[in-house]
Amino acid sequence: MSQQKECPKQRLWSEEFSVRSGESSFVERRQFTRFLTLTSFAMFAGQLWLVAKNLLSRRQAAFPALVVNGADGLAVGSAKVFQYPTPQDNCLLVRVGEQKFVAYSQKCTHLSCAVLYSAKHNRLECPCHEGYFSIEDGRVLQGPPPRPLPRVELERRGSELVAIGMTTGEES
Amino acid sequence: MFGYEFYVDPSRCIGCQSCVSACAECGTHRGVSMIHLDFIDRPNTIATAPMVCMHCEDPTCAQVCPADAIKKGEDGIVRTALKPRCIGCSNCVLACPFGVPNVFAEMELMMKCDMCYDRTSIGKRPMCATVCPSQALMYVPAEQAAQKRRERASNEFHFGGQVVRTKVHYMLPASEPVMSVDVADAIWEGEE
Ligand code: SF4
Ligand code: SF4
Ligand code: FES
Repeated sequence: MSQQKECPKQRLWSEEFSVRSGESSFVERRQFTRFLTLTSFAMFAGQLWLVAKNLLSRRQAAFPALVVNGADGLAVGSAKVFQYPTPQDNCLLVRVGEQKFVAYSQKCTHLSCAVLYSAKHNRLECPCHEGYFSIEDGRVLQGPPPRPLPRVELERRGSELVAIGMTTGEES
Repeated sequence: MFGYEFYVDPSRCIGCQSCVSACAECGTHRGVSMIHLDFIDRPNTIATAPMVCMHCEDPTCAQVCPADAIKKGEDGIVRTALKPRCIGCSNCVLACPFGVPNVFAEMELMMKCDMCYDRTSIGKRPMCATVCPSQALMYVPAEQAAQKRRERASNEFHFGGQVVRTKVHYMLPASEPVMSVDVADAIWEGEE
């Protein structure tokens, strides 16, 4: 009987998938706690990553200066769409007074529908879920949007109106 | 029943099929018998031998199951495959050194003898052991088996290099301490 040998050393899988039902429920409990620990660690790491990403992206937010064309042709109390800071970002320029212009991102902070200027109520209105924004500072007047509309900062340079930056309002 | 052991003594089997019928009556696998009654070398002898699951210490069937479907309870009894897990692959059928598990293709489920753990856990004997007229299948305390039989009860088997220890005992001639089977001996190599 010299070639008789005991079963080989138990491998990891046979510990994890034990044949004995008692042990296997033990392992399930252990796997559960491992799962909990690892997931909460992953959540924590994810949060850190978000924070880091936020900090970095805030730092590199340098906006170009862009001339807004056609501002002078705009009648008081009317609006026009322009693109700022990239050609993909639609913004709304509103002439609220003879010399007074305001501009906001056109992307509703709720679900990104395009907001429109309502001359009748002198406010910005999102047609999708009736989110209304103030024309003064872009704050939410009613409806589901969680944040004010990002505001485009404008500057008069001689005869030209120049967009020089954007400010994002805080969540309210 | 504490201290009770299951003994299989093939030399006493008379081939009456009582165990097969009794097993089939059990409520947990209605109508399907889990016991094997083997005809040995039919052309030359009337010898028959019953085979129940031996409930190995380290069950080969469970070791090879890819679906982790075969579990052994605290009572040391290896259960039929768990229905939600078994995929009917028949690995266990091929791997069991005693040829015990049966795969029922229509149910995609392996079923095998579970020593009537529903009965033994409440102090009853397994169905087959209650009906066997010659007590080829017997469920008694160990002292009683030693006292009443001249054979030696063994629960260690050698299959080539594999040592298998089991919960169920097998009666062997007193001269043979363990049963040793070399699979190669049983392989048919053509006419002599
Ligand atoms: S005798 Fe066969 S079916 Fe029973 S536990 Fe051992 S390997 Fe599994
Ligand atoms: S037939 Fe079922 S119990 Fe047997 S090895 Fe395959 S999955 Fe496991
Ligand atoms: S998308 Fe503007 S209110 Fe819902």
